[in-house]
Amino acid sequence: MATESLSALKAEAMTQASVAPIDYAVIMPVIVCFLFGAALLMMRKKVAWHPIVAIPGLVCLLAADLALLWRVATGGPVTMMMGGWKPPFGIAFTADMMGAIFVTVAGFVALCAGIYATASVPGSERRYGFFPFLFLMMGGVSGAFVTGDIFNLYVWFEVLLIGSFGLLILGSQHEQLDGATKYCFLNLVGTTLFLIATGYLYGIFGTLNMADIAEKAKAMEDTTPIFTLAVLYFVSFSMKAAAFPLQSWLPASYHTPRFVTSALFAGLLTKVGVYAAIRVLLMLFPPERAEMAPLFAWVAALTMVFGAFGALAQSDLRRFLNYAVIVGIGNIMVVLALPAAVPGEGGLAMSVGLSGAILYAVHSIVVMTALYLAAGVAAHLAGTSSLHEMGGLWRNNPLFAAVMLVLLFAVSGLPPFSGFWPKVALVRATIAGDLPWLAASILVSGFLLTIASARVFALGFWRPLPAASAADTRAEKNAIVAERFTAAGPEKALSAIPLLALCSFVVIAGVWPQWLLDLTDAAANGIIDPAPYITSVFGGVR
Amino acid sequence: MEVALCFVVAALFAVALYLLLSKHIIRMLLGVVLLGNAVNLLIFTNGRIGPIAPPIIPDGAEVPLEAVANPLPQALILTAIVISFSFFAFLLVLAYRAYQDLQTDDTDRMRVAEPEDEGLPPLGY
Repeated sequence: MATESLSALKAEAMTQASVAPIDYAVIMPVIVCFLFGAALLMMRKKVAWHPIVAIPGLVCLLAADLALLWRVATGGPVTMMMGGWKPPFGIAFTADMMGAIFVTVAGFVALCAGIYATASVPGSERRYGFFPFLFLMMGGVSGAFVTGDIFNLYVWFEVLLIGSFGLLILGSQHEQLDGATKYCFLNLVGTTLFLIATGYLYGIFGTLNMADIAEKAKAMEDTTPIFTLAVLYFVSFSMKAAAFPLQSWLPASYHTPRFVTSALFAGLLTKVGVYAAIRVLLMLFPPERAEMAPLFAWVAALTMVFGAFGALAQSDLRRFLNYAVIVGIGNIMVVLALPAAVPGEGGLAMSVGLSGAILYAVHSIVVMTALYLAAGVAAHLAGTSSLHEMGGLWRNNPLFAAVMLVLLFAVSGLPPFSGFWPKVALVRATIAGDLPWLAASILVSGFLLTIASARVFALGFWRPLPAASAADTRAEKNAIVAERFTAAGPEKALSAIPLLALCSFVVIAGVWPQWLLDLTDAAANGIIDPAPYITSVFGGVR
Repeated sequence: MEVALCFVVAALFAVALYLLLSKHIIRMLLGVVLLGNAVNLLIFTNGRIGPIAPPIIPDGAEVPLEAVANPLPQALILTAIVISFSFFAFLLVLAYRAYQDLQTDDTDRMRVAEPEDEGLPPLGY
């Protein structure tokens, strides 16, 4: 009797089916990161080995990401239950198209940044664990993109946060400690808000599995508590994503660490917040999100306008880029303000807008990483990153200046580069969604950012070297900054290859965008109609 | 019981937020500790306070013989405690290093990364 009831219970709660080998692709990105991170930690004192191990590790990560993307593109969302527990009891890892796209792009920029880091991160910081922290952070980022459990998402947020803390303070300059203090406190409060919201969510739904929540939220009669939940999640995610008015930690900290660290942060960390906002608000609570759309519209518009004005006011190359990140976040947030995707009226706005927002996120990950890396090269060549003192880079390094010009065009959203098409989609969606003022704010912020970018290029690259900063002060300064800006010049292959790879992605995505649009369209459809996602978790049980 | 815990949680949140709004880092650290504990208690209350029997299946049985406490919130809290504890340890060291380096724990005076007198970018050349 006892054995019968046990097997009956087991049959109800556990699955005995074996996992197809290709389905292990779901967890491979996380496993690869932690394996290599741990291995690098063990060879902590063999600083010379770090790049030799880390670069193949990042190649493995990208290969695992590509396998996952291929698996999801050919077979739809794929789920793996931890420990063989059936949903909704076990922790689910579910990769759908949006998660797969994000994780692949993250792997791509991590590889580029890793190659760049081998040229630019000095031995002492490798010794303090640059590469282990990098893998830890990438593990957190990849985990956040593929998890199907909302508490697990919180845990991945914390994992990537602790990795980013380590990277942020490597070097222990005064600026770094100052910036890190603000970054750490605000991000900790942001993730604590996430935890609070998750506690309430568990109290309301009694489940933490996202597919299960999506079903239960749809069936719920009294939706008042869901509004509270949605607002709490929105506040915590916009804190992570640096949306207005919770953005001030980003310009306070992102220009303080190594350039390569800034590049990774700007590319990946804010986008994890955006990803989580899209996942939770658009997939789990779509009707409630649609009711609160005016709030999100204001947040999106103010974020991008604030970012554009901030970018105009900066006289430091990296601090200008900090604000360019914020403009991008505002653009992606536009998707939260679009009318709901009910069949018929308004359906077009959401499907075009969501596809555009995901494409914008992909573009923003690549182009922001590339810009910070390029800023590192520029600062190394000029010996400073202040626009008051830079100059003459066009004459000395025309190829590098051309790369920078392409990237600045892309970040401003000018054709024919990758920033153009997502903006077209977002403007089209806002006009179709009857939000012309939001379309106008996208265009105005893009225009202001174009002015700011053009000024950066004119001052830093186009003009001859300012006479004032020449002579004695300059030599003295170079000695100081040589330590701080240990980037490699573009003549070194290790810094040129990643820049050229990122730049060619920007060009290809701008000139030949259809393959990317097909992917992001599929991703958007997967969020608007999560039925395949839910089926993949429950395996057709319900 | 749940109502009483709600008031405790509310009081903890109020104190934590008040401390976090301070401009002195040492008070913000205390606020972070209280905030973590407030959240833990909140998750605990959200799992409903039911029977107090521990969720342990006795020898020989396949299922709990009586109604037991909900173990899931406890697992969540355990995770959250570990995370908030390690973060607090990190923040403590960071705050001390920042105090040593910047000679202040007043956030209004921590302007190294964003100096006040930087001025506008050049308007022409």
